[in-house]
Amino acid sequence: MDILNDLFVNAQIWLTDALRALVAGFGLAQDAEAALVAVVMTLLSIFAILLFMVLMVLILIWLERKVVARIQDRLGPNRVGPWGLLQPVADTIKMFTKEDIVPANADRLIHTLAPIIVMVPAVLAFAVVPFGRGMQAIDLNIGILYVVAVGSIGTIGIFLAGYGSNNKFSLIGGMRAVAQMVSYEVPQVLTIVAVVLMAGSLSLNRIVEAQSGWGGLRWFLFAFPVGPIAFVVYYLSGLAEVNRTPFDLPEGESELVAGHHTEYSGMKWGLFYLGEYFNFFVMCSIGATLFLGGWNGPLLPPYVWFIVKVYALIVLGMWIRMTWPRFRVDQLMGFAWKVLVPIALVNIVLTSLALPVLKTIGLI
Amino acid sequence: MSTDLVLTYVGFFMMGAIALIGAVLAVSQRNILRAALGLIVSFIGVAGIYFVLEAEFVGVVQILIYVGAITILILFAIMLTRGLMQGTTSGHNSQWLAAALLAMLLFAALALVALGTNWNVAATRVSSDLIPKIGAELMTTYVLPFEAVSLLLLAALVGAIVIARE
Repeated sequence: MDILNDLFVNAQIWLTDALRALVAGFGLAQDAEAALVAVVMTLLSIFAILLFMVLMVLILIWLERKVVARIQDRLGPNRVGPWGLLQPVADTIKMFTKEDIVPANADRLIHTLAPIIVMVPAVLAFAVVPFGRGMQAIDLNIGILYVVAVGSIGTIGIFLAGYGSNNKFSLIGGMRAVAQMVSYEVPQVLTIVAVVLMAGSLSLNRIVEAQSGWGGLRWFLFAFPVGPIAFVVYYLSGLAEVNRTPFDLPEGESELVAGHHTEYSGMKWGLFYLGEYFNFFVMCSIGATLFLGGWNGPLLPPYVWFIVKVYALIVLGMWIRMTWPRFRVDQLMGFAWKVLVPIALVNIVLTSLALPVLKTIGLI
Repeated sequence: MSTDLVLTYVGFFMMGAIALIGAVLAVSQRNILRAALGLIVSFIGVAGIYFVLEAEFVGVVQILIYVGAITILILFAIMLTRGLMQGTTSGHNSQWLAAALLAMLLFAALALVALGTNWNVAATRVSSDLIPKIGAELMTTYVLPFEAVSLLLLAALVGAIVIARE
């Protein structure tokens, strides 16, 4: 069981040792050797996380289409591979072979930069996500603040996509996206403050450790009544942050063609698609870390628990997407500023008041 | 020189170069939106310098406030005040001489302060867990400036709503 629990950590230790032995043959100075090993290991962990992410997105695309199809009483993709499992691969090949079109009067530089700027922050956020016990690329002591900061960069990318396409639908989509993402960032950060109060740290690692009681089931979600409130507010504003239904106004296809990515095709559009799923995955990972105890859990290995929790949140998002209609623009901003922000603010006060009580009765 | 120090230097100069390139782009681009983009690059470069110097908190706050909030405000301002598709504008107007003088004055003042300061290198490493200390200081020693800033922000918020209503 221990072997399974620390499978990836041991693999990393073994790899580091092997690398050190290899580098020792070069006859470098002591600290140069250590630095070389550190740099190579960092590059390897970046590569591993990227590979994992792309794999996850391929699964997500397939899962989303299947779940959506089942909710709508259809079969979903079932032609390519068993149960349509190879459908995402076919999609990817299609995207790579499509023509890349840039509108004649578009700002070429900004048009090209936009999908990259959308994509990069989502990847950056994964530097601090704890996938399992000891499975974190960097343990920043301000981890959650880092995630919030990096996440705010993505907004610029969507705005630039709207502007750089020189298309009225794109521009309206871009403006909607910025207004929406800036507004919903506020309740999201405020609910994170409640969690930070409960854990007493900004480090994601320590937030997870704070939820390790009761055999790994003492999650902040169960810290009644503040935990569930914070979770609901976090999840709803998170859905708005990643522009998913019912908050997909920036790309509302019935009003704006495709919003900010109307003028994108081929792999540039693919990057938006990928970035959207990356962001969704980041949002659910952080949600699982903050409220569902991260990798804590009985019996199963930590990383399995983490993936199970993340996928539970993801499927919840897909379920919401298929069952709720889209917001109207005027309702959207009102919902953020008049409903979620006050709830989140009251929740912070409530959390600080309830903290001693919750600690005494052992809920956190 | 130890390898760690060399790596720190490499990182510092790389980030410094990014910040400088961004700054030059911000003042030389004729399209005002591209100038704003240059500003973002510059801000990220500065945040990178903070990270290289192991001041992660300052670096993250730099990204959060300057990249995440202020540049988006600038983009909004550009979007709402002029025709977005207007294209390029001239980077110069009749006040360039005054602006250059002011900029030079500011540079001279900053240089004087930088050269006049005795940069003591702390013998002991600063503890890595600074956030609780920053929070405690804000609520005790610097509580007055902290509250004054909050009041100022509140006034700005109310002012913005009043202007928007008119």
